[in-house]
Amino acid sequence: MSKPVLPPGLAIQKADERIMTLNVGPQHPGSGHMRIIVQIDGDYIVACDPDPGYVHRGEEKMAEYRNYTLNVPHLERPVIHDSCNILYPYVLASEELLGLEIPERAKYIRVIASELNRCVYTMYWLAIYGIFLGHSTMFMWPAGDRELLIDLLEKMTGARVTHSYFIPGGIRNDLPANFEDVCLRQVNYFEKRIKEYADVFYDNPILISRTEKTGVLSRQDAIRLGTTGSVLRASGIDYDVRKKEPYDVYDQLDFQTNVMKSGDSYARSRIPWLDMMESCRIIRDALQKMPKSGSVRVKLKPNPKGELGSVYKRVESGRGALGCYIVSDKKPEPYRVKLSVPSFRNLIALPHLLIGEKLGNMPSIYWSLNYWPVEADR
Amino acid sequence: MIKDLITPQNANVFVGKLGDILEKAVDKPLGYAINWGRIWSLWPVHIETACCSVEFGAASSPRYDVERFGIIEAFGSLRQCDLVVVQGTITRKMAPRLRLVYDQMPEPKYVIAMGACAITGGLYFDSYNVLPGIDGIIPVDVYVPGCPPRPETLIQGCMLLQEKIKRMKARKFV
Amino acid sequence: MSSEETSEKKTEEPKAEEKPATEKPAAKPAAEKPAAKPPPKKPAAKPAPKEPEPPAFEKSIADKITEKFGENTSVSFVKPDRVGIKVNRDSIHQVAEFARDVLNYDHVDSVAGVDYPADKEIEVVYHLGSYTDSSLDRQVLELATRAQREEEPLPGRDSTKLPSLRDIFYSVEFHEREVFEMLGVYFEGHPDNRRLLLPEDWADLPPLRKDFRNKGR
Repeated sequence: MSKPVLPPGLAIQKADERIMTLNVGPQHPGSGHMRIIVQIDGDYIVACDPDPGYVHRGEEKMAEYRNYTLNVPHLERPVIHDSCNILYPYVLASEELLGLEIPERAKYIRVIASELNRCVYTMYWLAIYGIFLGHSTMFMWPAGDRELLIDLLEKMTGARVTHSYFIPGGIRNDLPANFEDVCLRQVNYFEKRIKEYADVFYDNPILISRTEKTGVLSRQDAIRLGTTGSVLRASGIDYDVRKKEPYDVYDQLDFQTNVMKSGDSYARSRIPWLDMMESCRIIRDALQKMPKSGSVRVKLKPNPKGELGSVYKRVESGRGALGCYIVSDKKPEPYRVKLSVPSFRNLIALPHLLIGEKLGNMPSIYWSLNYWPVEADR
Repeated sequence: MIKDLITPQNANVFVGKLGDILEKAVDKPLGYAINWGRIWSLWPVHIETACCSVEFGAASSPRYDVERFGIIEAFGSLRQCDLVVVQGTITRKMAPRLRLVYDQMPEPKYVIAMGACAITGGLYFDSYNVLPGIDGIIPVDVYVPGCPPRPETLIQGCMLLQEKIKRMKARKFV
Repeated sequence: MSSEETSEKKTEEPKAEEKPATEKPAAKPAAEKPAAKPPPKKPAAKPAPKEPEPPAFEKSIADKITEKFGENTSVSFVKPDRVGIKVNRDSIHQVAEFARDVLNYDHVDSVAGVDYPADKEIEVVYHLGSYTDSSLDRQVLELATRAQREEEPLPGRDSTKLPSLRDIFYSVEFHEREVFEMLGVYFEGHPDNRRLLLPEDWADLPPLRKDFRNKGR
């Protein structure tokens, strides 16, 4: 075979002409509403510039016009499938500013709701991870199984995904009758079911070969980049806000955190799955220890005024530590609400991990960062 | 015999008349057949714009399963799609991209506005970066209200769109 | 066990065997819980019934910073697990370096900008946390510094500038970009002060300033 003859305009002359810029998104076959501008040399990524902000809705500005209770519905919209957890730090911080002490039973119900929500979030994330890797079964199984827990949450709160369940002063309504038995039965079934995912997904040699040793984030880098949640725990740092700074009743519940050392995409995708089993443990424990009766919220004055000062609270959400910083100036509306969201904090790891990888590894690395674009943009 | 009837002077008129006759005879059944084909192969673009995409994903889960209504969920390329489901809020940064996606799709194409944000701006009516509905960017066929709509509601919206296509003129664009 | 909880707000007391669930705000008027046990993992002082003393460990962190930097810093609050330090614009770089090298804070949780039009200043609050030092697990150090505010901002070209902390805490990169576009605070020394979240053609005021009003409000 002779050498292929290219027209003179197409022949590659210099090295830097080989570099091609590729726009991934905001419309792309995976999921997510963000653009990743990558520059590739052949098959290897040499530069990466994430471009979020396609769902920037100005939540923080809107929060300055609404009072503490009216802020609840729109502040949960960034992660509607993890809505209890994203409201949690806001509710804790506003309770401190308003000087409310919430009843014991409400604390337990909050923990149950937030753990159920963590599972619902993680199952959706896992389903999309299946799509990203072309694994259709892994879309169908979690997408079907998460409906069980959505049913439970719908019984508790009345809504499928946007619960608005946590309000400053407790929770909106008490559990329905006979909830404990139904919850226990469904959670037990759910735990049995997610253990089967190991056969089809986590022990699958195709998944292992696609994710192992890709996008390795070392322990030092994980600390330096300030990552959080499953990304951090996959790199060998045992930091979970539920353990380290227990809020509500997490210090009385029996669970452990999962840590893996390797820091690759496989570890990052396995940690949330292991966390779901711990969530099932927490729910069972909380159902047992929960006071069987009692009030679930304290009555709020209309338009309560926060005391002067600022509060920073954080919780562990499905994606990592989620903080809320509220500044109050003795008005019914908060002066400034800042959500410090884990997706935004983990975004900085994306250019760090992608540079030097093959383009084909981009989906598995991108989605293993547990990134939800709507939350990052707020 | 026909050869004698057609002269260079009246050829255009004759062909036009023949076309009219043919259209009357063929267009209705043909249009019905074309519409029948379109109804059962609606392919939505995979463009997710905000949080309603969670419920859009749930609509194709085993419990709801929109594929039984002929809507193949979001695996096609842009050039093969004929349906845009605008899943939620359109921000000022996203609006040009949505229009770009819409313009690249071949005719015929249909639009479903899903969720309160896509219809009027919804909860974000006073936000500085959110458009008050997508009517200003692309024409909308079906509005599906809810914040977010339940998967059943979305499926009902898709069926309404199918009803609408059935009554549309099939060869509008030929 | 807590079935006697009634609708009266003030009567609920933690039982002796229950540990206090989260950090209790000690700065509150402490009429609600006179006999609370100290939280488990903290060498904190007992909250006194009247004016509560600041917890000891947190106070020692605040003291270390104020001793080192004197009047360039001032303590704004010392609460359980939270220490707030106000730092001058010029010494924020040294204080952050001190917090990293001596106090073992290793990452930034969030960077929040707050606009104070009455003071003609914009405050930027860095929330520092630590993954490596287990005694700092619960702690969040708030470093607040203020930049001058201009009535008619020209982001990047006016006097609203602060030194960037990116060379000390790498994790502030995207946070500082966000503060730049949302409040117009230019970070000197940041290599990449580009727009992040807002649309490319945004020509209005930075939206989180107080003089920017949402439509209809």
